[in-house]
Amino acid sequence: MNELVRKKLEPLPLVAIALLLLAACALPFFLSNYSTFQLTMVLVYAIALLGLNILTGYNGQISLGHGAFYAIGAYATAVLMDKFGWPYWATLPVAAAVCLLAGFLFGLPALRLEGPYLALATFALAIALPQILKYKHLEEWTGGVQGIVIMKPESPIATLFGQKMNSDRWLYFVTLAVTVLMFVIGWNLLRGRIGRALVAIRDQPVAAASMGIDNAMYKSLAFGVSAMFTGVAGALSAIVVAFVAPDSFTVFLSLSLMVGMVIGGLASIWGALFGALVVQFVPNVADHISKAAPGAIYGAMLILFMYVMPTGIVGAIRLAWGKLRRLRKS
Amino acid sequence: METFLHQLVAGFATGGIYASVALALVMIYQATHNINFAQGELAMFATYICWSLINAGVPYWVAFFSTIAISFCLGVLIERIIIRPVERAPVLTVVTVFLGLLFILNSMAGWIFTYTIKSFPSPFPKHPPFGWTFISSHELGAVGVTLVVLTLLYCFFRFTPLGLAMRAAAQNPDSSRLVGIRVGWMLALGWGLAAAIGSTAGMMVAPIVFLDPNMMSGILLYAFAAALVGGIDSPGGAVLGGFLVGILENIVGAYLIGTELKLTVALVLIVGVLVVRPAGLFGKVIVTRV
Repeated sequence: MNELVRKKLEPLPLVAIALLLLAACALPFFLSNYSTFQLTMVLVYAIALLGLNILTGYNGQISLGHGAFYAIGAYATAVLMDKFGWPYWATLPVAAAVCLLAGFLFGLPALRLEGPYLALATFALAIALPQILKYKHLEEWTGGVQGIVIMKPESPIATLFGQKMNSDRWLYFVTLAVTVLMFVIGWNLLRGRIGRALVAIRDQPVAAASMGIDNAMYKSLAFGVSAMFTGVAGALSAIVVAFVAPDSFTVFLSLSLMVGMVIGGLASIWGALFGALVVQFVPNVADHISKAAPGAIYGAMLILFMYVMPTGIVGAIRLAWGKLRRLRKS
Repeated sequence: METFLHQLVAGFATGGIYASVALALVMIYQATHNINFAQGELAMFATYICWSLINAGVPYWVAFFSTIAISFCLGVLIERIIIRPVERAPVLTVVTVFLGLLFILNSMAGWIFTYTIKSFPSPFPKHPPFGWTFISSHELGAVGVTLVVLTLLYCFFRFTPLGLAMRAAAQNPDSSRLVGIRVGWMLALGWGLAAAIGSTAGMMVAPIVFLDPNMMSGILLYAFAAALVGGIDSPGGAVLGGFLVGILENIVGAYLIGTELKLTVALVLIVGVLVVRPAGLFGKVIVTRV
């Protein structure tokens, strides 16, 4: 929340971001193709979580159905590539626009819903979604239960700095570029007037309205922008996985996004990155124990974080950092 | 006509199940103004307990009533241990804790009982009752069980001192505390009762939908719709809403759109009611003072 007020970046975080980017660029050359793919998915989830965080963390509208916008983005890309032969990069803006519109439209009725009711409506959306995607009159477009298989794009350059540039590595860099772009957009959006307005609506809707903020407009716009972020993530995931099917967008996906956001850190841009790591790697590791383990660990983490550290991983880091600084001063 | 009658009656039977779950939701909503997203998973877990009791050789009705008792205790324990610390927390925190509970119950069921689909016995005879062709014995029995549960609950809340105390605690906690009602324990009792009602719904629906850890997700959705149609703070409304939604689901499914979009009907109902008339048919219209 402090980030909002801070107008310009301090030098230390700037250096940290530069180092992080450098590491992100170097990493795929030291990893196997599969690990590179996993890292790509972390970036994809980070974008989706940033989107959800704009809506739930900053604006206080609880969405348990963001998997729906993820799915819409993924299907938009898959249909455009499969049925119309569009190149993958051209589908991203379209997926973003479609999700912006879809989110804005869903945000209009959501204006009248508060707190648990909105959670309920979006929860219903998450549960009903796979059924809508399987619907037989849409099958011509969506491919029904089978879904759509798309061609994984090849890398246009064969080598980079003497290293092989296969399609996994190429897609990683594409995703990284989009991620950086989306985070810069998100950061710009949230640090200024709009971000303050969103937080004001979350904390004191009446006061916000009396200060001249158009609550309805901001709330539905937050829904639209949030859906757009998540839709771009969905579109990227369709390209990276090269496959979409109704059963990859179950309620578990929507709830996982919620888990990632809460554990990463509410109302924090960096929280999205930590949350994405959790969403990608916790199920991966836990699956070795039992099929039921990811759910159990998610559940335990959710409750534990709510009791002990409601501000998530980012909150914990901030707390530790503050203590460290105070120690050094004294 | 015969098929229409059958759809109507089948709708009535599933409606009873929605009504029970909706009633459980309303009980918790009335007391705490929270929507319990884990209600379905609680019922599912209870049904698994009943299943393992029956498999251990316990007669059906003994297993049935012990499951209700166990669910009651489980509900009370969950309220005391997990929900109580976040009683006064913001909505997002409470929703998150409910989701955590949902995750834990769902995966515990999967862990202990595996994810394979199991058949669940019905206590009622296989052949249709009295030679009727438009209803199965199980459907009739399920409606009967639901009605018995509802009557018992009504009597409990209407005629016993404890029921009165619980209603008072839900309506006005501060004044209730002043007259010596232990409000915290009333909330826990409410949770226990809600879990017990939910468990009867789970045991009645399991022979129809079969037993697996995700069996309640669709039913929970319809129960949400039922509670909202009836008005989420009105127990009577929730029951009526349950039957209405059950019948509507079957008729719409049979004649208008087919069974593939059943969940979407629930989604449309939920969003529709929330947008057009958030208080439902019998709920109180909430007016907030600014």
